[in-house]
Amino acid sequence: MKKQIYERPLIQRINTGMMNKFGTKTEYAPVSHIDGLAVKDLINEYGSPLFVLSEETIRNTYRDAVRAFKTRYPKVQFAWSYKTNYINAVCNIFHQEGSWAEVVSGFEYQKAINNGVPGPKIIFNGPDKSDDDLRLAITNNSPIHIDHLDELYRLTELAEEMNKRPNVAIRVNMDTGIYPMWDRFGFNYENGQAWDAINKIILGNRLELIGVHCHIGTFMLSPQAYATAAYKLSDLALGIKKKFGKTIQYIDMGGGFASKNTLKGSFLPGADTTPTIDQFAESITTALLNAGFTESDLPLLILETGRALIDEAGYLLGSVLANKRLSDGRRATIMDFGVNILFTSFWYDHKISPAQEFSSYTEDTVMYGPLCMNIDVVRSHITLPPLRKEDHVVVHTVGAYNMTQWMQFIAMRPAVVIIGTDGKSHLIRSKETIENIESNEVMPDFLRKHELASGILK
Amino acid sequence: MKLLKNIALSDTGFVFNPGNGDSFSVNPIGLSILKDLQEGKSEDAIRNRVVEDYQTDKETIEKDLYDFLKMIEQFNLTDYHE
Repeated sequence: MKKQIYERPLIQRINTGMMNKFGTKTEYAPVSHIDGLAVKDLINEYGSPLFVLSEETIRNTYRDAVRAFKTRYPKVQFAWSYKTNYINAVCNIFHQEGSWAEVVSGFEYQKAINNGVPGPKIIFNGPDKSDDDLRLAITNNSPIHIDHLDELYRLTELAEEMNKRPNVAIRVNMDTGIYPMWDRFGFNYENGQAWDAINKIILGNRLELIGVHCHIGTFMLSPQAYATAAYKLSDLALGIKKKFGKTIQYIDMGGGFASKNTLKGSFLPGADTTPTIDQFAESITTALLNAGFTESDLPLLILETGRALIDEAGYLLGSVLANKRLSDGRRATIMDFGVNILFTSFWYDHKISPAQEFSSYTEDTVMYGPLCMNIDVVRSHITLPPLRKEDHVVVHTVGAYNMTQWMQFIAMRPAVVIIGTDGKSHLIRSKETIENIESNEVMPDFLRKHELASGILK
Repeated sequence: MKLLKNIALSDTGFVFNPGNGDSFSVNPIGLSILKDLQEGKSEDAIRNRVVEDYQTDKETIEKDLYDFLKMIEQFNLTDYHE
């Protein structure tokens, strides 16, 4: 007689009276392949855990976003937000698609230069720009987005010192009706700081004001907030034209569009609640077109969208290290990836699929990472089929921020591969080695040797 | 370990404890183990039976059976007097 397929014995208490109008999901479709390549083969070749990106998804998502804006507004330019994912291969996909670079540090600026982005197409944002960074950006004619008055004054001094006229924009913060209101970056619109900065730039006559910029928040779920922001930036641009006769070349609406991830504490999954890129585009472009610009003065619309363009293209493949039972009877599964490399698990309930076939029986599980730290919880509650040691899972929608905010903590960072439109996998970042980590350490001579007493343990 | 005498098992995997009204669901292999316990089989006998019937090994079922028996104990389905 042929033996039956084994599945761990499960028993679950049936709780009555727990109301849920959506019912309980009992079937989980396994995700055994990504873009046609088997999860098992990818892990065999590159190890586990493993980040996998889909070139096709990146390009399709980008093209969809460009279509959403360009069909509504005549002048649109995207700038790839380096901090979202600055692996060079990823940046170059966006640059191949026509995207500029948007950077927020000297390090990111250098990466953009190394990727061959021309200076005038690198937007330099952020509160931390050293004198050397600013000098380089001035020399390269990059648009510098001023964050605070100290920067404005320093930039003016450098312009004099270098006898150049840097291209600048100011970052503006404002009340768009959302909470929390981001007011730590840039100059405030409502209290007049933004106008003070504009007056200083134009009347100082050392810097060339070419744009106005805002970035109203992150993981924004309200397209209307962007309409408010676009009205307020348009009001500044039109005011500058009226007061100084100067035409502002661009309005940079920043980023912050939500991806399809589910924020912790959300009642409904992100896939059902996140506005589409068309909704964001409609809000922004309608506000700009109705603001009162003449056709020739319509500013270029720059978008620094990061998360919404890359999140869905990223997967994290991982394996089960162990199963255990907690004191209150809950099942716990320990994975080989944790908050060290899946930083976004601090704020998302990531969708996680088994990578192999299962029956329809499921169990409530706490999913832990491998770190010997209590905070290492990937999902505090997830319903999954019974996973065995060495089974694989696929974590969805991890393309944004994880490959930049990951930590080399306790374990080393894994490899990253991209599945190309050629249907093959390509390594784009090798797995870290102890040599990588220790290459920056220096051992003083007096700490080289030690002798440990022996004989305490037999 | 023995299952309480009054525990009702249905062939679809529904488990009912008339003593306190608790109900549970088990998967097919879990049901087969509960039936073994009802028949008074020892843990060793259950392990051997599962290894014979399923594509698994002794170590795996040893770990999983330990966990499963702990759970049915925690759910008050076992007879403490036996």
